[in-house]
Amino acid sequence: MNAHKVLDAQGLACPMPIVKTKKAMNELQTGQVLEIHATDKGAKADLAAWSKSGGHEWLQSTEENGVFKFWIKKG
Amino acid sequence: MSVNEMTAKEVARKVIHKDELFILDVRNESDFNDWKIEGENIAVMNTPYFDLLDGVEEILDKIPADKEVLVVCAKEGSSLLIAEMLSDAGRSVSYLKGGMKAWSEHLEPVKIGDLSNGGVIYQFVRLGKGCLSYMVVSDGEAAIIDSTRMTDVYLEFADHIDATITHVLDTHLHADHISGGRQIAKKTNAAYWLPPKDAAEVQFEYQPLEDGNVVTIGNTAIAIHALYSPGHTIGSTSFVIDEKYLLSGDILFIDSIGRPDLAGLAEDWVGDLRETLYSRYRQLSDELIVLPSHFMIIEELNDNGSVARKLGTLLAENHGLNMTDEKEFRAMVTGNLPPQPHAYQEIRETNMGKITPDNEKQREMEIGPNRCAVR
Repeated sequence: MNAHKVLDAQGLACPMPIVKTKKAMNELQTGQVLEIHATDKGAKADLAAWSKSGGHEWLQSTEENGVFKFWIKKG
Repeated sequence: MSVNEMTAKEVARKVIHKDELFILDVRNESDFNDWKIEGENIAVMNTPYFDLLDGVEEILDKIPADKEVLVVCAKEGSSLLIAEMLSDAGRSVSYLKGGMKAWSEHLEPVKIGDLSNGGVIYQFVRLGKGCLSYMVVSDGEAAIIDSTRMTDVYLEFADHIDATITHVLDTHLHADHISGGRQIAKKTNAAYWLPPKDAAEVQFEYQPLEDGNVVTIGNTAIAIHALYSPGHTIGSTSFVIDEKYLLSGDILFIDSIGRPDLAGLAEDWVGDLRETLYSRYRQLSDELIVLPSHFMIIEELNDNGSVARKLGTLLAENHGLNMTDEKEFRAMVTGNLPPQPHAYQEIRETNMGKITPDNEKQREMEIGPNRCAVR
């Protein structure tokens, strides 16, 4: 999936993945996609819920060797 | 204003003493709805931390200024962040040290009563998950029943009261929490007892716990009589201790009864469950004090934090013991089942010794409520 920006949040514990995602999202235009890499297991549910409440579109998530990747489209 | 740290133990004391507390739970909505801290005088509000990153002004008027306020999250980090924001806004608040993870793991020991010849029985109340485990002590020896994976708590407690752990027993193969039984037995060279019908697939040595077995604790002989009581699992065993206490495992709870489906065979085992509850248990003395392995709701706690009732009281008041129509009973325990506990298959495999997840994984497998009962 093509992303306009990739955010590396690996090794960061809650709440930092979301704090950084929020900041990165502010720098994108509506319709652009942010790709996030994280290792905190709690990040997935929180990011998905945050996307929803912020009006963004949760596109996809994958997990490989303990690294989660998420794609969110700015709403 | 200051941000204070509150430990799970302090929260446990507040729950037991019915103290007032206002909790701002900043986890996401689904985690909150699944499972939260509860208490008679505890008010809880859920606003996820990620909705507060721009400021806490919007919720300030919902947070009482005249009550003690605790901010809670999954592990601690987010609650500390929000607590600091509230503090900057002029509020004095605390955050829960270790978050819901610590709450899930906290065990509160409560003395249940004295046994003959100077023995004592203690209940370890895991408030965050509703699990109950036991230590029976007599003459410097101790037995542990249905232990949680927080084995250090029992080892330290036994050390503190100068008792040597000689026997470790599980009433059945647990599906809702990881048993610490095998670890404790290994560390103390104690015997580990399991009902063989539940242990067919276990990958380690154990002592087969069978109907009529008597396990003796201390020289003065506190007897633990095993009473075969299938239904929750096919091997489920209850214990009668000192002719005074009935450890009912996951068969009978205070306000509910065990569910027969977690090992996959609800239809087969519902008959056993009925036989145990409506025939075997009724042959026992009404005066026995029932000590289950779980509680479901905080109202089941007695004033001292213990979970215990006379068998006679339960026979009269527990709905699951008062369904004369067997069809109705079957329908309730097979058709009315709550969602299964989180990761229950993996928990069973861990308790069989088939898989050995690391501590972090074990912790995650146990997150959430226990859901062992039907009402």
